[in-house]
Order: sequence, then structure tokens, then C-alpha cells
Amino acid sequence: MIREFAAIDVYYLLLAARWTLALTALAFVGGGLFGIVVALMRVSPFMPLRALGAAYVNVVQGIPLLGWLFVFFFGLPILAGVQVSSWVAATIAFSFYAGAFLGEIWRGCLQAIPRQQWEAGAALGLGFGEQLRHVIVPQAVRVAIPPTVGFLVQLIKNTSLGAVIGFVELTREGQLTNAATYRPFTVYIAVAAIYFAMCFPLTQLSRRLERRLRVAR
Amino acid sequence: MSLVELKGVVKRFGTNTVLDDVSMNVERGEIIAVIGRSGSGKSTMLRCINGLEPVQGGTVVVDGETVSAPGADLRALRQRVGIVFQSYNLFPHLSVEKNITLAPRVVKGIDPGTARELALGVLRRVGLAEKIDAYPDQLSGGQQQRVAIARSLAMQPKLMLFDEITSALDPELTGEVLKVLEQVAAEGMTMILVTHEMGFARRVATRVVFMHQGRIWEEGGAREVLEKPRTPELATFLDAVLH
Repeated sequence: MIREFAAIDVYYLLLAARWTLALTALAFVGGGLFGIVVALMRVSPFMPLRALGAAYVNVVQGIPLLGWLFVFFFGLPILAGVQVSSWVAATIAFSFYAGAFLGEIWRGCLQAIPRQQWEAGAALGLGFGEQLRHVIVPQAVRVAIPPTVGFLVQLIKNTSLGAVIGFVELTREGQLTNAATYRPFTVYIAVAAIYFAMCFPLTQLSRRLERRLRVAR
Repeated sequence: MSLVELKGVVKRFGTNTVLDDVSMNVERGEIIAVIGRSGSGKSTMLRCINGLEPVQGGTVVVDGETVSAPGADLRALRQRVGIVFQSYNLFPHLSVEKNITLAPRVVKGIDPGTARELALGVLRRVGLAEKIDAYPDQLSGGQQQRVAIARSLAMQPKLMLFDEITSALDPELTGEVLKVLEQVAAEGMTMILVTHEMGFARRVATRVVFMHQGRIWEEGGAREVLEKPRTPELATFLDAVLH
């Protein structure tokens, strides 16, 4: 039965947007942890670590995100014999995916700092970790903010793929609402507006942070 | 025992031999000016002395530590050997004070109060005490290079290496940096400088080393090397830089 698109539908969309944000947050934290490890592996002086980091990035980036969602949702029960909920599967898959991209972004930021800065640290007797921590990372963080926030915005939108393994977030809720009201234009405009309301403040925040760090050096 | 002993040092980048059987001893208190064309191996030799470049042959011994041995304690060595670079390489995100005290705090573990005193002390020696809270991008090139010298002095090294430290500066700023160098030399520091400043080399250096094609081609007292070249290569080089 077709009903009117009403305030209650907007309310349901907003409730669903919570799951979009929650999945994004989990994926960003998980991906951030993977990303830090990958970025450090990729700049380490030890070849095997660099190769391992590169292999991870290549495998994850070379397979569609959709594929990873299926791998973890359908694959884990078959390969490891554990049933996972769509929440768990989506969190693992998105963390895995975000880790590869954030790792690459952060590697680039670390490598954007001139080699002479490492050398100046080494010449003063700082070890690799100390050079990284006191000289390279503080400079790289500033470079990293815009691309990191850019990726976070991508991540918010990409969580819509979670719908394929039964994860109900904003886009999936939009589809369901549309099926009930048959007002595709209105429904998807509302969905788009909610996505915009989540992403726009982030890009603004990124600009503010950048400015602040520039003043504070 | 000499402070620095290079014995038959060979350094290659791929198939390109940059240092070809270089041997040299530096005694405490000596001031060595290393001169020669670009690409003659001057800077590479300096970088081999504090282990920034590994060598492919020969031995490098500094203050009793064999730098060229695998597993040498480079960290300990570099606390005793300072190096100042052509491009200053100050840390742009840190104030002058933090630039100077980073390594003393992290490597030697001195406390923050002492650290500021230490920074002030070395800044006075380079005439920049009033810039202690400035950031590198607020300083002129000459001032940045003087801070870099102060940063190196703060580690209280036994030996200081200077890698063409005035080459990126215009003549006016070169003067202020050379003045600081002269003063450090007068305090008895052992120094090895790669330089194109022949007047400075003649005035301050106790010995001049001319490098050519990865070898030490000529060496001796500053005056005799610069005024009475024995090889046509040095004569040609001096002719080119002095005119």
C-alpha cells in the first residue's frame, strides 16, 4: 500500500543516519589504526616490512569494497566457521578498506617531508623512532589533514554499500521509504540533504584546523 | 690517537665511485678546509665521517669508534660529532629554543629548565640570544645558519663538520656566518669544513685538503697549498675560484 511521504519518514531517515555515522566512526577508528601501522611499515628502513605494507595496500585497493563486504559477511562463516552479524562484517570490511587508503595517504604525507629533515635528526643523534615522533610526524600531520578529511567524507558516503549485506543505514532506509511512499524524488532529495548535512561541517572543520595549525606551526 | 682516521675509504653510488681510496688523519684542535670542484667527493667524505653514508671499503674511525663497522653505535657517535648543512635543515615546526634543545632533551635527557639555559648559552655564542622564541621562517638565511650552528654546539661535540654552510647565502650574510665559525674555531673546536671561501680557508684553516676525482689530490698548510699548488689540477681549480 502506498502512503504519503511525511515527517515521520524524515524522522526514520535521521534515525538511519545514526547508523551511517556509527559505521563511519568505527571504520575510521579501525582504519586509522591499520593506517598508522601501514604508513609506518611503508616508510620503515626494513625492506620486508615495506613490502608487506605495500602488499596489503595493493590487495585491498585492487578488490572492490563490495567484494570485501561479501568476503567478510559470507566468507567468515565458511572459512572460519564463525557467524558474523552485518555490523561486525561491515566494521571489519570498512576498517580493512579505510586502513589501506589512510595508510597510503599518511605514507604520502610522511614522505612529503624532505629527506634532509630526517638527516638533521639523525645527525643530532636521534634514533629512527625519535626522528619520526619529534621531527617528521608533527610536520606531516599538517599536510595530512585535508586528504584525511576528504577520505572521511568519502567513507561516510561509501557506508551505503553496507546495505548489500543487510546493514540498514541512510541509503537503505531511503530505498525502503521510497518503496512505501513511491516518491523517489522527494525521498532521495531528503537523503541527499542529510548526507550533505553530515559532510559539509567536516570540510569546514578541516579548513579551520588547517588554519589553526598554520598559525601554531 | 687521532680524532678522525680515514683509511683507504671507498664510497660508491651504484657503479659511480665517489671516494676512491681516501686516507686522512685529523688531530684534536685542527681546522681542516676541504676544497675542490663539485662532485669531487668533499661532501660525501664529510657524510661518511658521521655515518650518514655507509662506506664500501676502508675504515672510518672517529674518537675511537669504528664508524664503518657494521653495528657501529652511530647514535652515540653523533652526540660527539656535529654537522651543519648547506640548507640549514632547521625544524620549521619548532621555535629556535626547541630546535636547539630537542636532541639534548630527547637524547641526553636534560630537564626543560636547564634546556632553556643551554639554548641561551649557545645562542649568545652565535649572537642570536634575542631570537630564542622566534621560528625559523622569521629568520634570515644567515640567522638560520647561525641557529643551526648553535643547535650543533648544544650537543657539546668534540668534532664539527660543516658542509658548504655559506653556499646558499649572499655575500653579506656569508660574512656573519664566517665570523661565528671563526669564533668557534678560536675556542679550540676541531673542525672539518667543506668550503668555497678561499680567503676564510687561508685565514682560519690549519690545513687545506684539495680533493679531485674522489681522491685527496694535495694537502698541506693553508698558505702553501693555496699559494704554491704542486699539481696542475689544483692550479686550474684555484685559478677558476679566485677570479
